[in-house]
Amino acid sequence: MSHSDELIRLSAAELAGRLGRGEVSSVEATQAHLDRIAAVDGAVHAFLHVNAEGALRAAAEVDRARAAGESLGELAGVPIAIKDVLVTEGMPSTSGSKILEGWIPPYDATPVRKVREAGLVPLGKTNMDEFAMGSSTEHSAYGPTHNPWDLDRIPGGSGGGSAASVAAFEAPLALGSDTGGSIRQPAHVTGTVGVKPTYGAVSRYGSIALASSLDQIGPVTRTVLDAALLQDVIAGHDPHDSTSIAEPWPSMAEAVRRADVQGLRIGVVKELDTDGFQTGVRQRFHESLELLERNGAEIVEVEAPNFEHAIAAYYLILPAEASSNLAKFDSVRFGLRVTPQGGGTVEQVMAASREAGFGPEVKRRIILGTYALSAGYYDAYYGSAQKVRTLVQRDFDQAFAKVDVLATPTAPTTAFKLGEKLDDPLAMYLNDIATIPANLAGVPGISLPAGLAPEDGLPVGIQFLAPARQDARLYNVGGALERLLEAEWGGPLLAKAPDLSTHELTATEEGAL
Amino acid sequence: MARVELMDYEQALELFEPVIGLEVHVELNTETKMFSPAPNPANEKYHGAAPNTLVSPVCLGLPGSLPVVNGEAVEKSISLGLALGCSIAESSRFARKNYFYPDLAKNYQISQYDEPIAFDGEVEVELADGRTFQVPIERAHMEEDAGKLTHVGGATGRIQGAEYSLVDYNRAGVPLVEIVTRPIFGAEGDAPELAKAYVSTIRDIAISLGISEARMERGNLRCDANVSLRPRGAEKLGTRTETKNVNSFRSIERAVRYEIQRQAAILAKGGAITQETRHWHEDTGTTSPGRPKSDADDYRYFPEPDLVPVVPSPERVAELRAALPEPPAARRRRLKAEWSFTDLEFQDVVNGGLLNEVAATIAAGASPAAARKWWTGELTRLANASETDAASLASPEHVAELAALVEAGTLTDRLARQVLEGVVAGEGSPQQIVDARGLAVVSDDGALIAAIDEALAAQPDVLAKIRDGKVQAAGAVIGAVMKAMQGKADAARVRELVLERAAAAE
Repeated sequence: MSHSDELIRLSAAELAGRLGRGEVSSVEATQAHLDRIAAVDGAVHAFLHVNAEGALRAAAEVDRARAAGESLGELAGVPIAIKDVLVTEGMPSTSGSKILEGWIPPYDATPVRKVREAGLVPLGKTNMDEFAMGSSTEHSAYGPTHNPWDLDRIPGGSGGGSAASVAAFEAPLALGSDTGGSIRQPAHVTGTVGVKPTYGAVSRYGSIALASSLDQIGPVTRTVLDAALLQDVIAGHDPHDSTSIAEPWPSMAEAVRRADVQGLRIGVVKELDTDGFQTGVRQRFHESLELLERNGAEIVEVEAPNFEHAIAAYYLILPAEASSNLAKFDSVRFGLRVTPQGGGTVEQVMAASREAGFGPEVKRRIILGTYALSAGYYDAYYGSAQKVRTLVQRDFDQAFAKVDVLATPTAPTTAFKLGEKLDDPLAMYLNDIATIPANLAGVPGISLPAGLAPEDGLPVGIQFLAPARQDARLYNVGGALERLLEAEWGGPLLAKAPDLSTHELTATEEGAL
Repeated sequence: MARVELMDYEQALELFEPVIGLEVHVELNTETKMFSPAPNPANEKYHGAAPNTLVSPVCLGLPGSLPVVNGEAVEKSISLGLALGCSIAESSRFARKNYFYPDLAKNYQISQYDEPIAFDGEVEVELADGRTFQVPIERAHMEEDAGKLTHVGGATGRIQGAEYSLVDYNRAGVPLVEIVTRPIFGAEGDAPELAKAYVSTIRDIAISLGISEARMERGNLRCDANVSLRPRGAEKLGTRTETKNVNSFRSIERAVRYEIQRQAAILAKGGAITQETRHWHEDTGTTSPGRPKSDADDYRYFPEPDLVPVVPSPERVAELRAALPEPPAARRRRLKAEWSFTDLEFQDVVNGGLLNEVAATIAAGASPAAARKWWTGELTRLANASETDAASLASPEHVAELAALVEAGTLTDRLARQVLEGVVAGEGSPQQIVDARGLAVVSDDGALIAAIDEALAAQPDVLAKIRDGKVQAAGAVIGAVMKAMQGKADAARVRELVLERAAAAE
């Protein structure tokens, strides 16, 4: 294994250690990841934009500061990939849509500003379903991302690009956004770690809004400790986001380092432990629980009777908010402008631009949301959905009165084939059955690798959920389970992933790019 | 356009009862905008800034940006609500009003819908003849203003027929309070005047609170007037129209009166009123139909998910209540008594919209009589001649200074009028103008005596008459002297000296 190959396989924490000890420079580490992107991203297509020059410049600045003895953050000099939903000064930000093609924002999203200030090195922007609407990244206007475990399969979505970039060793860390599972479900299908923090833990300022009351920014990584270190960087109150939590946060990295499940009460949600989940997904889920039980945790079954209505409520609240959030894309101030032949009124130009700029899934949800908010339908749809949301929150409250954390499989199946569910929106929506309740209630959730499904050899994730503001509990249980599983496996799950650097594109894959 | 028939106003009132409802938008003069850190052009400091220079990602609606409520705007809204006699909501929230328009950066307006910050108030409004009305307030809510469109090309300056339009987002996000009355019954023929007096009262309140520049010509204060008629004796309210773009006190009165006459003519012929928005045309004194409006206008309101509810602390609300200034009607009663004005004199001041100016002039040292005289007299005459407001012509401090110069004998009334013209022309303070133009009364007896002797020598017959005891003949000499002095002499002193010199003449 070459030096460069070794660098890209380090966790962020390990790389940060080497950088801190001066064993490697940030420029070297950054160049190694840029080389990896050049080598494999043609096949994976995790990135929409790679900012090699900017990354090397930022890395050199960290190296200079370190040489000058300046005080640096724990992750200073470590490269990071950024989901294209976050606006970045000087880098295009499209949210996976044609309507924003080429738009370069004049400001940084708060989480981006925070990672820059902590000395992390942004490599570029990652692919995603258009405006984060999807579970496979197939709805990206710029072509799908491929799962590094099997390039014919989906990497999950909407944040498939961030998850795949981490799984393919193109970046040790990535930022994602999770509205109904867009961080956790891609983690599940790519054998990586993804955390949706408590709603309000991380500022949404500069995150191109899908559904304001559900969106949350979070870490996408290969280890639980890396996720904790990244959450420690991006969390905290932001005066630019009224919904961000004012109180300070304890260190998540500390929670991982002290991880111990002795006496921890873990609730298994009965309604999400059914034969609607793939056999291998359930099998690895139960093996993980048994492992935790053997190490001192108490496993309890809990009920969440209203979770079954969560998807229906979600698919009213999300489109309703999205239909309003996406109204600003009208070509007047930024983005794609299409003028009908022979000119047109401003109304006609707006309509033509939106017709040409939005993809079919976006249009579907705008129409759905507009309808759900219409006079005469509001109470029946949006109003009822908000009531279900309250009931889901009540289910969580009752469950957390009995247990410290909840556990579920992260998603019903392993990665499906590209194209398999593209024409069946309802089947696609069902992917998020286990992740959506956390967004409706604002509680935090983590997905980490639980193994490979015996029937297809593809990664399976396990999800833990904690009460709002108790993100540290996720890092505790996640850190503990990761340690126990890796001891059984003899190393990280991703060590079993195919070696992409020897991969040759097949004709069909080339066509798909 | 089809010719519009109007019914005689008195006849319209015989047949129908007018019911009005008023919506007034007040732009708050906060330092920054309602939801963004950009400077607020409705604050005097930033007025007149170049287009699109007072903007941020938030008021441009850039992707990813989020609104944050301006605490100063909330406090000013609460003060206004309290001054309108409203209850202040323990918790109120914002909603999104969704519609596409290029001056609306996000294509939704953040407003308050089902939970306004202030509700259920009442305002005492006084008419010119001193009668008062209690106008019921339904609600006052916070919202953001839209940007400003300028339509270029086309004859009307409206969007229809324009070649292109320019958008200025400086105004986008300016904090607004919208005050909505309940239907106002019983004003009868006074409805147009009541509408005007109501808006004027809102302006007085806003100024006394210091929450708005409250200048109608700048759009700090905007009024939409709803008018409907119902046949005498009918219970059910008639169909209403909403007249927009009514941007002066005078036009509010005219617009309401016009709508009463227009609707009466239609109803009397058995026609139906179309529920619609109408535009007021200042030049022709008429309204024309805008877009049809119905209660089913669907703005798809829903609670703004980017903002948390506004929950003011009861202690802070109590503090703001304790700090409220005197209500305008009560203040007027007090000032009238303090100044010892007759009913007529006081109405002159109030109807001229000059109460604050007169009060400030008195505060600056002038006597009530002098302050009233200059504002309702010469300054009002100059304002009428140039079709502006007297208040905009001179500052109370300058008027007080002018009154002091007259009081001290430095200026005659006639000279003072010349000085005032200089003040209005922006030449400086009265004293500066007196110095610059050399307008002070000539109090040097030597110069006067020389002029008198010359005049007496030129008119020996007059001298003879004076010496014969026909004192009234002195007028001719006084006139000649005043002319020689270019008016800069005190006529009484000249008269004294003329009699003295005539007696002394050989």
